[in-house]
Amino acid sequence: MLTKRIIACLDVRDGQVVKGVQFQQLRHAGDPGALARRYNVEGIDEVVVLDITATLESRQALARTINAVAQEIFLPLTVGGGIRSEEDAAAAIDAGADKVSLNTAALKSPELITTLARRYGSQAVIVAIDAKRLGDGFGVFVRSGTTDAARDAVEWARQAESRGAGEILLTSMDRDGTKAGFDCEMTAAVSDAVDIPVIASGGAGTFDHFTDVFTRGRADAALAASIFHYAESSVSDLKRYLRQHGIPVRL
Amino acid sequence: MIALIDYGAGNLTSVRKALTALGADFTIPASTDVCAQASGIIVPGVGHFAATAALEGAWLQAIRSAVSAGVPLLGICLGMQWLFEGSDEAPEVEGLGVIPGRIGRLQNDLERRLKVPHVGWNALDFRSSGARLFQGLSSGAQVYFTHSYAAPVTVECVASTAHANTFSSVVERDNIFGVQFHPEKSGDAGLQILRNFLTVCGSLSPKVAAARAC
Repeated sequence: MLTKRIIACLDVRDGQVVKGVQFQQLRHAGDPGALARRYNVEGIDEVVVLDITATLESRQALARTINAVAQEIFLPLTVGGGIRSEEDAAAAIDAGADKVSLNTAALKSPELITTLARRYGSQAVIVAIDAKRLGDGFGVFVRSGTTDAARDAVEWARQAESRGAGEILLTSMDRDGTKAGFDCEMTAAVSDAVDIPVIASGGAGTFDHFTDVFTRGRADAALAASIFHYAESSVSDLKRYLRQHGIPVRL
Repeated sequence: MIALIDYGAGNLTSVRKALTALGADFTIPASTDVCAQASGIIVPGVGHFAATAALEGAWLQAIRSAVSAGVPLLGICLGMQWLFEGSDEAPEVEGLGVIPGRIGRLQNDLERRLKVPHVGWNALDFRSSGARLFQGLSSGAQVYFTHSYAAPVTVECVASTAHANTFSSVVERDNIFGVQFHPEKSGDAGLQILRNFLTVCGSLSPKVAAARAC
């Protein structure tokens, strides 16, 4: 039986892990290689490295970070943040990434999803959707959450799947860094609309939040950052808790 | 010396890193002659079966003749699928054909929320506890999968995995081995399977072999 995945996210700026609240107020959380090593020992299932500056100068720093993390862990590694072209994706994959996560670029040029899926397979292409509640629906935002894309998250997830995306990484901007719990309604709406796995992100604060997003939210995987970075909770404690509550996980 | 075959299909970097971490003596051959002298051959790969078209011709011939001369071969993911006769994913492309059967699309079962691609950690259900790749592991070991196509359960299947349908996750026949999951991405369990293959090939460096004996 396929287990539910727990994914640690490392938001990286200038080679260091940082974490904000609702995409603002960044603070330092440590060295990416060291954090990845700790998570691996604790039983994390995957690691995502998000380059949150994604400027031209940070590109080489990112390759070094990917390489440093890939030396530490023999687990699936996703890289996202500022991947705008086939060349950017190739550089990340050559540095040791198994998957790339597309966000703004996928909305701007959806054919990039198809191009990368043809070259590396759908399993290597994640479409990341940053969304927040707007009226009765869920609106998509781009450019690190600063720009309203005027798209509906459920509709965009369906289109991303038809273009060749292998997974959807769905972040609730309302919940990001708040530790108030995942947006289970939004996650369930997207998960019901697509046949590919959905990774829920934004809002993890307690172990119950994970149980909720795997049951009510119908997520295939859950991603968190803050809860793990500051050693508030260990991945192994979380997984034991989930198993006790009937959620299949790898121990 | 292990020959790690580069045909442009994905996960070469991660397999290379795992082999380096294990202390394996390996090369990424630029020409097909290396296959005959290799102590083992690894065909990695992720993605579409059509990518294996790059192996048609000289590489396919060289690998087939090395394998019939007794060189151990390990196919990973797409590399395992290539060991079979062909795949419904790209019917026009010929597989190596050293294991009988054909690769088919995985089934989904949306009522049970079993999706395709099959992505994530799932269990190996051993069908043969004495399989050489399973030294140091127990049935139920969790490994990382990411694929939409898979091999049927046939006589060569030494471990199967259950999704909407049950498929062959590890095959073994004489000196030929295939794993549908990614050992280079499956944490300690995956590294142990790669180490077991290196042991079959006799390619562990003395230092690593000694560390393992302790």
